Amino acid sequence: MAAFYSFLAVLALIVIPWLGVGMGMSALFGIALPYIAIIIFLVGFTMRIVDWAKSPVPFCIPTTGGQQKSLPWIANNPWDNPVDKKGVFMRMVLEVLCFRSLFRNTSVKLQQDGPKVGYSSEKSLWLFALIFHYCFLLIFVRHLRFFMMPVPGPVGIAEFLDSILQIGLPVMYQSDALILVGLLFLLARRVFDGKVRYITLMQDYFPLFLLLGIVLTGVWMRYVVKVDVIAVKELTMGLVTLHPHLPTTPIDASVYAHLTLVCALFIYFPFSKLMHMGGIFLSPTRVCPNMSRRAMWVNPWNDPAVKAHSYEAYEDEFREKMIEAGLPVDKEA
Amino acid sequence: MAKYPPPEELIKINYTTPVKSWMDTKTPFKTGNFSYPGKPDILKYLGMPNPRVWSPTDDDWQLPPDWQRIVMEKFRSLLKKYRSFKVFMDICVRCGACADKCHFFIGGGDPKNMPVLRAELLRSIYRGEFSAAAKVLGKLAGARKLEEDVIKEWFLYFYQCTECRRCSLFCPYGIDTAEITMMARELLHEVGCNINWILEPAANCNRTGNHLGIQPHAYKDMMDFLCDDIEDITGKRIRPNVNKKGCEILFITPSGDIFADPGIYTYMGYLILFEHLGLDVTWSTYASEGGNFGLFTSDKMMKKINGKMYNEAKRLGVKWILGGECGHMWRVINQYMSTMNGPADFLETPVSPITGTKFDAAAGTKMLHIAEFTADLIKNKKLNLDPSRNDNFVSTFHDSCNPARGMGLLEEPRYIMKNVCRQFYEMPENTIREQTFCCGGGAGLNNEEFTETRLRGGLPRGNAVKYVRDRHGVNNLACICAIDRATLPPLCDYWAPGVGVSGVHELVGNAIILDGEKKRTTDLRQNPLPGMEDEEE
Repeated sequence: MAAFYSFLAVLALIVIPWLGVGMGMSALFGIALPYIAIIIFLVGFTMRIVDWAKSPVPFCIPTTGGQQKSLPWIANNPWDNPVDKKGVFMRMVLEVLCFRSLFRNTSVKLQQDGPKVGYSSEKSLWLFALIFHYCFLLIFVRHLRFFMMPVPGPVGIAEFLDSILQIGLPVMYQSDALILVGLLFLLARRVFDGKVRYITLMQDYFPLFLLLGIVLTGVWMRYVVKVDVIAVKELTMGLVTLHPHLPTTPIDASVYAHLTLVCALFIYFPFSKLMHMGGIFLSPTRVCPNMSRRAMWVNPWNDPAVKAHSYEAYEDEFREKMIEAGLPVDKEA
Repeated sequence: MAKYPPPEELIKINYTTPVKSWMDTKTPFKTGNFSYPGKPDILKYLGMPNPRVWSPTDDDWQLPPDWQRIVMEKFRSLLKKYRSFKVFMDICVRCGACADKCHFFIGGGDPKNMPVLRAELLRSIYRGEFSAAAKVLGKLAGARKLEEDVIKEWFLYFYQCTECRRCSLFCPYGIDTAEITMMARELLHEVGCNINWILEPAANCNRTGNHLGIQPHAYKDMMDFLCDDIEDITGKRIRPNVNKKGCEILFITPSGDIFADPGIYTYMGYLILFEHLGLDVTWSTYASEGGNFGLFTSDKMMKKINGKMYNEAKRLGVKWILGGECGHMWRVINQYMSTMNGPADFLETPVSPITGTKFDAAAGTKMLHIAEFTADLIKNKKLNLDPSRNDNFVSTFHDSCNPARGMGLLEEPRYIMKNVCRQFYEMPENTIREQTFCCGGGAGLNNEEFTETRLRGGLPRGNAVKYVRDRHGVNNLACICAIDRATLPPLCDYWAPGVGVSGVHELVGNAIILDGEKKRTTDLRQNPLPGMEDEEE
């Protein structure tokens, strides 16, 4: 049900601008909505991060994934069990760029004979998640050509690498195909893996369908309708230079559908699980170094009024028994 | 053992998830899947809310009249106090990487024991109360209202989590169910839903210094009794210092070790080690517990109980503190102690008086793990060892969750093991070191009434032990945690019969040759040493 509603919502986000542009509302979908979306995204994203960053990390609670630094002759694991900022930096680099923790993933099999519990490496989620995220990044970078004049060198390089196989005309970007593969795998997991289906909510289906919608409308524009790129750039440059205007040559309605979906993503982003993008940098189990036994970690709300049951009270209760047992006491009976 | 289904029955686990949504699936309370509630007098002693006589199987849990407001107020305050809680409520993408990492899920198949869903039990309320959109969309958006059934579900599942943090290791964002369970338990305390097996030890720790409620004179008696045993075995009389002022070191270990088999042999191991070194060390009856049942209760209780260690070190005037083999004790010392009760500026950075090694790892807390201490002694060849005395044991090592994933103490105990015994085999790699599996009794769940669930949760550990038993003839599972020493023996009897449990320092105690000792014919358990089977006293 959740999947169906999510699908419908995304479909609506395609149909509405498509029809709306036909009825002469291009300015709404091409100019007003992008501005609204980007403002909501920037303000929302910043507010979420600030809100998290403002809440304290009272204790140093890293999940340690390797040998601690202790005796000099024992090899420690500085990236999985960091003691300093450098180690934490490396841990986060591996986490963010290589999905280190997901790389560890295993799956469990239970055989009744014996019985035997077996663990095998399970890297498919890691692989397809990595494919999806990197393709998304590449596509994002490629799109900068629409928002920059002149187009910076790295954007050109990204495009060149992405189309290096030179398939078809216009040349096919590999990332367009790969991101579809990645997204479809992530969706298929949610639908066909019983455990994952059980925990999946609408908030999980919706972004997947939304991204699929974005990719498919993009592919449609580029490879099927072959929209007027010069006109599109006229529109987008108008937006970034704060001189918004509709292009003189009209552009295909699919561009507006694509743009609306992207706007929906930007608006949805700060209120959703997609904030994991920012949240990972604030996750105490990953960004805390394992150093609280070496140096002081301060808890801003540590309550000095909480005191241990005192030795005096303890001795008062047991003094006679202690003396009888020959244990030293501070105050004689 | 007759009370529990036999392993063949228990292993029939169905991992397929129900068709109905988890919100519409209720799990009944039945014998073996829950722990008994906190007794009213214990709650009163600890000053905790809503003391009453009740049972989880009752329909009416006698919550306070405005319990919803109480819970939501606490929820809000916890979100303000802990970034971990807030971030973990917000950023989970439900990728499911954690799903089959929990030992209770692997051994029981209940989908609500998947860490992601355990956290959803709280997240669903968080969404329903703090997110406008989810409020409107309701169940479709995974939001629900706070009803009495939610409290019952929280009680069931957050007292079916041992805070072992295995899921956190695999989570791409490091979401730590231990943190979430700690928050949920704090919420439950507000309305008086908690378990006696945590609160009674916490109350005991507070009053007598240890979780068993052993009073000082009785503690001394038990210690003398163990010294008698050591004298029988080695011919040497050990006279340990207790509550003595002016020693260099204060030693603190979990009190489970003085009281119960097989922990007592580890305790004897410590005594023999200190005697062998002539260490200037004292024990304490006031701080006679390393284990901290406050960790399973609330941050305040944890701080209160932990505070005794520094209090006592200051009162006795020691230079630094040495800590025994214990799991959650070390989680508290490593991650919380200095923050809560530090800085310990009246102490010095631990320096081994035998080897001169300065332990920078403990420069802040001034508290050293005995595995670090002993590994350093062995490396510097300061121990006179006869590893052949452990030849009756074919050993493997169980990484206790807290030292492994909350500290990273992996190599030190292995180094000791390999030097004090000659037959050592590792369990499969996905079940050791940072990927180690819980004994099923952590976080205060090591109670009798919970045994069936514990045995289920113990399946992954038990099966790995069985694997090395069958392959290498392993008959001894060594560990560095007192809870392990209590929970693993029944677990091994059930899943890997024939394997016993020991502490690492029991094996050290066996191997150490004391100056002037008599010819030993038995190990610390008074079983004949290899080749001594026919010797008479």
